[in-house]
Amino acid sequence: MSDKIFHPAREAHEIFEASRLTGDATLADLESIRHSTSVYVYQAPVRIWHWVNALAITVLCVTGYLIGRPLPTMQIAEAYDQFVMGYVRFAHFAAAMILTVGFFGRIYWAFVGNSHARQMFYVPIFNPRFWRELLWELRWYMFLEKHPKKYVGHNPLAHVAMFCFMTLGLTFMIGTGWALYAEGAGQGSLPDTAMGWLLGLVQNSQRLHTLHHLGMWAIVIFMIIHIYAAIREDIMSRQSMVSTMISGHRMFKDDRID
Amino acid sequence: MSTIETFYDVMRRQGITRRSFMKYCSLTAAALGLGPAYVPKIAEAMETKPRTPVIWVHGLECTCCSESFIRSAHPLAKDVVLSMISLDYDDTLMAAAGTAAEAALQDTIEKYKGNYILAVEGNPPLNEDGMFCIVGGKPFVEQLKHAAEHAKAIISWGACASYGCVQAAAPNPTRATPVHKVITDKPIIKVPGCPPIAEVMTGVITYMLTFDRLPELDRQGRPAMFYSQRIHDKCYRRPHFDAGQFVEHWDDDYARKGYCLYKMGCKGPTTYNACSTVRWNDGVSFPIQSGHGCIGCSEDGFWDQGSFYDRLTNIKQFGIEANADKVGGTAAAVVGGAVAVHAAVSALKRAQKKNEEA
Ligand code: HEM
Ligand code: SF4
Ligand code: SF4
Repeated sequence: MSDKIFHPAREAHEIFEASRLTGDATLADLESIRHSTSVYVYQAPVRIWHWVNALAITVLCVTGYLIGRPLPTMQIAEAYDQFVMGYVRFAHFAAAMILTVGFFGRIYWAFVGNSHARQMFYVPIFNPRFWRELLWELRWYMFLEKHPKKYVGHNPLAHVAMFCFMTLGLTFMIGTGWALYAEGAGQGSLPDTAMGWLLGLVQNSQRLHTLHHLGMWAIVIFMIIHIYAAIREDIMSRQSMVSTMISGHRMFKDDRID
Repeated sequence: MSTIETFYDVMRRQGITRRSFMKYCSLTAAALGLGPAYVPKIAEAMETKPRTPVIWVHGLECTCCSESFIRSAHPLAKDVVLSMISLDYDDTLMAAAGTAAEAALQDTIEKYKGNYILAVEGNPPLNEDGMFCIVGGKPFVEQLKHAAEHAKAIISWGACASYGCVQAAAPNPTRATPVHKVITDKPIIKVPGCPPIAEVMTGVITYMLTFDRLPELDRQGRPAMFYSQRIHDKCYRRPHFDAGQFVEHWDDDYARKGYCLYKMGCKGPTTYNACSTVRWNDGVSFPIQSGHGCIGCSEDGFWDQGSFYDRLTNIKQFGIEANADKVGGTAAAVVGGAVAVHAAVSALKRAQKKNEEA
């Protein structure tokens, strides 16, 4: 153990009186909680964004899929009294607007928030050390490393994934999505002024739909990996994961400094 | 230029009465989405302005644009516009043939240098020095370039001239190339469709002749008054779309009830054209009204988007017949499977480690 670690003067059994009173805490437990540390990583706006974003994406994926492959025909009422596809599309657009506003809010927070709020928006590709660490993390996932490392924010692999699928991925989905929306809103409308050029670039709206649709599958794949990795890391790594996005605190399970 | 007749002179010479002429002016104003105040303006322009000559050339095409054009709903519209055009050069419609025809073309170019409109039907194939389309003994691309050199503006008729159409379908053996990729220094107006609607064609040409300028164009260079909305935006089956009432199979009960053709691959939601408002054949009907989805004939690359009857179209880049859901769903399933295996191995490793430690 390094000398740089601070050691309080008193022994474990003299402190944490409340913990000892509950009767279940062993001496080893007390020794452990004395060393374990946590860092405040995710500020409230980041956490709120994360969950709102997750919800919006879920709604967007389900409704988006149903736009591409609508539900079986229903005859609930006359067409003018029935709005099934209309509601599916409405939910898609409502969630899309929340997603868009949230994403811009998140970008704003990258400027005013703490250093962890900025991590998602850039990848230090010119730092060779970053690539070595990325490779190392890959080896951990391939069961080639016995012990994981500690990270305060994202590990290098997660960092790249976040950047590709969220920063770039959401930009792509929001861009193509609003370009599609502009078609319905009409020429000269705000969405058309903002994103209509994209349809001009892709030329054919059918192609734009296909790109937007493929983007959904990229995001679905990210979601599968993201949720799996978060739970797995929560169990197998040396820090907390899922609860960190609830409380904001990254808790560390040991005080080794390697 | 004072020797050139006005439009009105031409019309009168064609035996058209003043009454019919005024009717034509109001019809044109309405077709172009202009208010009644424009009727006298159109009339005045046509009475006083020297008519603008039009040269109409044909490359790789099927003549469906010409066929459509001569079926314009208002007989006057086509008579007038046609007579104005055929006076100059159109190798399909003109009386002259062979050397005489080529001489007529040369004549018109010389006479109206910088003043005529070049209307192009079809496109030039560029492979093998353009030998896949020969007009008057020379590759069409040469005639096109020659005629374009002194043109005031160019109209690209139909999907062929605008985008390439079926002769440009992958792998495009003749390298059929849309006009705007060959002629880059002239204002070009695209009037896509396979064919374009007759009223749209006469409307565009009349606008250009009377107002002496291009109509307002959208981002892709199409006249905004006819191509600014999708078929889907004005489709009379749209309430069934919003209700979620779709034809599920050809000839099912829903098809008989006239439900939305979205699931049958209707491309109305991705196609900019005026069919759902102007309709075809004198406004009698249009494809969706007769129970068949739109195939997107006025869109760039519509011929290479897979089946006309699939809502999600094929993605060629993956080398197999697959749409976004097949590609994405397969990838997601593979990743999901990999995650499950990874989770199992992780659990085993963890148990192993615990055993070692214990
Ligand atoms: C994570 C984000 C998103 C996902 C997963 C998603 C998914 C989808 C999918 C799968 C489709 C069907 C495409 C097709 O096959 O035709 C679709 C359509 C569409 N999406 Fe999104 N989307 C997202 C974000 C957005 C955003 C931000 C907007 C912006 C308003 C948007 C607007 C649209 C529009 C306008 C359509 C076409 C609706 C129609 O043709 O009726 N989407 N979306
Ligand atoms: S039939 Fe085609 S254009 Fe008409 S509402 Fe259905 S999808 Fe849209
Ligand atoms: S309905 Fe569609 S496919 Fe048919 S003519 Fe109009 S744009 Fe072309």
